[in-house]
Amino acid sequence: MSAINLLEESIVEKTAGESESIPSQTFPDEVILDIDNVSISYSGNPAVKHVSFPIAKNRITSIIGPSGCGKSTLLRSINRMNDFIDGVTVDGNFIYAGHNVYSSRIDPVEVRRNIGMVFQKPNPFPKTIYKNISWGPQINGFTGSMDELVEKSLRQAALWDEVRDRLHESALGLSGGQQQRLCIARALAMEPDILLMDEPCSALDPISTSHIEDLLFDLKSRYTIVIVTHNMQQAARISDYTAFLEMGDLIEFGITDQLFTRPNQKRTEEYVTGRFG
Amino acid sequence: MQMREMETLKHSDVNQAKKIDIRKTRVRWGEFLIESSLGLCAMISIFTTGVIIFILAQESLGFFEAVSPFDFFFGTSWVPLFEPSSYGVLPLLWGTMLITIGAALFAIPTGLASAIYLSEYASPRMRAVVKPVLEVLAGIPTVVYGYFALTFVTPLLRKMVPGLEVFNALSGAIVVGVMILPTIATLSDNALRAVPDSLRQGAYALGATSLEVTTRVVVPAGLSGVMASFLLAISRAIGETMAVTLAAGATPNLSLTFLESIQTMTAYIVQVSMGDTPAGGIAYQTLFAVAGLLFVITLILNIVSQWILSKFREVYE
Repeated sequence: MSAINLLEESIVEKTAGESESIPSQTFPDEVILDIDNVSISYSGNPAVKHVSFPIAKNRITSIIGPSGCGKSTLLRSINRMNDFIDGVTVDGNFIYAGHNVYSSRIDPVEVRRNIGMVFQKPNPFPKTIYKNISWGPQINGFTGSMDELVEKSLRQAALWDEVRDRLHESALGLSGGQQQRLCIARALAMEPDILLMDEPCSALDPISTSHIEDLLFDLKSRYTIVIVTHNMQQAARISDYTAFLEMGDLIEFGITDQLFTRPNQKRTEEYVTGRFG
Repeated sequence: MQMREMETLKHSDVNQAKKIDIRKTRVRWGEFLIESSLGLCAMISIFTTGVIIFILAQESLGFFEAVSPFDFFFGTSWVPLFEPSSYGVLPLLWGTMLITIGAALFAIPTGLASAIYLSEYASPRMRAVVKPVLEVLAGIPTVVYGYFALTFVTPLLRKMVPGLEVFNALSGAIVVGVMILPTIATLSDNALRAVPDSLRQGAYALGATSLEVTTRVVVPAGLSGVMASFLLAISRAIGETMAVTLAAGATPNLSLTFLESIQTMTAYIVQVSMGDTPAGGIAYQTLFAVAGLLFVITLILNIVSQWILSKFREVYE
């Protein structure tokens, strides 16, 4: 207990110490989540090694890199979804709302209520469209008007007009792209602080993909988005910041335009110009 | 270029040298033999089922020539072997129902809880121990359960429940419940494990607790498989013979409590089959009427549970 307290205090000092840390001087945005020296391993095999970068509030941060570079692992660790995989160990700190998400004093259920997630494959519940949206708020004790919340969430996910007449039909009757937007709406209904997206367009056709990309632009004003993608054009199109991972190492983190046009690292340049990966 | 030309030349040479004939020139007798003997084996069970249904129908028809179906289905007294005889099947049907309801009351909650534990909470190591043990329960001969009921469960119950007869429905229901427990636990566990992990993750990502994920996403998603397991287990309880014959006795009875001796349809069949009832008489034909009724009930239950299971397979696609 005391060790953890000490650890957290030192971290708070570090992020508060303006002159030394990178963020406040060169980082133009408010930091909502600080990934600080994070290492993740599966049964002793390292998947992510000593990665640090900040997540900016109300911005889209994308994590790119070749398959197996640890980008999904890193994303899923942010809201402790890796808790369900045996043998995962996480070192380092994810500083969110003044606490390390992995501290023993933290309730992972509360973390996930505030940090939502959209998965690679659409995973609607085998329930009606309406209940897919209302489920999360309901178990979390939402007391307002559920009809309004459902409509608002579906509108935010640009799905309302397509499903308004079939809210009480099964969500499994929707197309893949619609299902994925339903999953986004479901996450938005919780009004999360941060929305994590794990290759949300990889199972979708180009038209559905462009729907979702447009959607992310609109959502930026209200939410912070962290998106993992293997599609570099997508990262370049939609994100404000980009982190490039390779073999578990953070090769480069920066403003997206810079990282794609004038990367500091040779590996980054080779990757974004398509010479490998 | 030259190399390639040479290669194609070589190739056509080979083709010319080898004569190709793709016409059918011989019958493969070995293939034919194997195929037909495999088919024959498959036919055996179909043939047997056909013969059983035929005999059941034939003898039952003989029975219903002598006894009106109304008296059989709605009569409240079952005295087929003594004069004055009466052939109301309700006491037997009730005996079967009493055992089945009692067994289900015990086995459904316990079995579902075991399945939830196995699929959602148990560590892989725990599963590797618990599941085989459950399956061993299913492999114990039913006569052993009957004996177990008579020599262990009943004496124990008689200490706790005053007025319990030596042969009683309660003890029978409990052992049949224990017997069908593995069916429910194993099949429900399969149904719950078939629920894709992505649904669990989706629910956790919305800030759900393990309990909420299990009771409000996983169990509803696997519900048709779980229901099918209930129905299969119930149809097994209805058809169960030895345990109830030994534990619950042979007194056709419309008793409302579990304390008295009753007789189930199957126990009646055992009683008559082992006695010296002459073939061909009406008492003999009651066997087939009761067996036919039993067959129809379990058949319907099996068809319904198959139908539910096949619906369940479509759910996530």
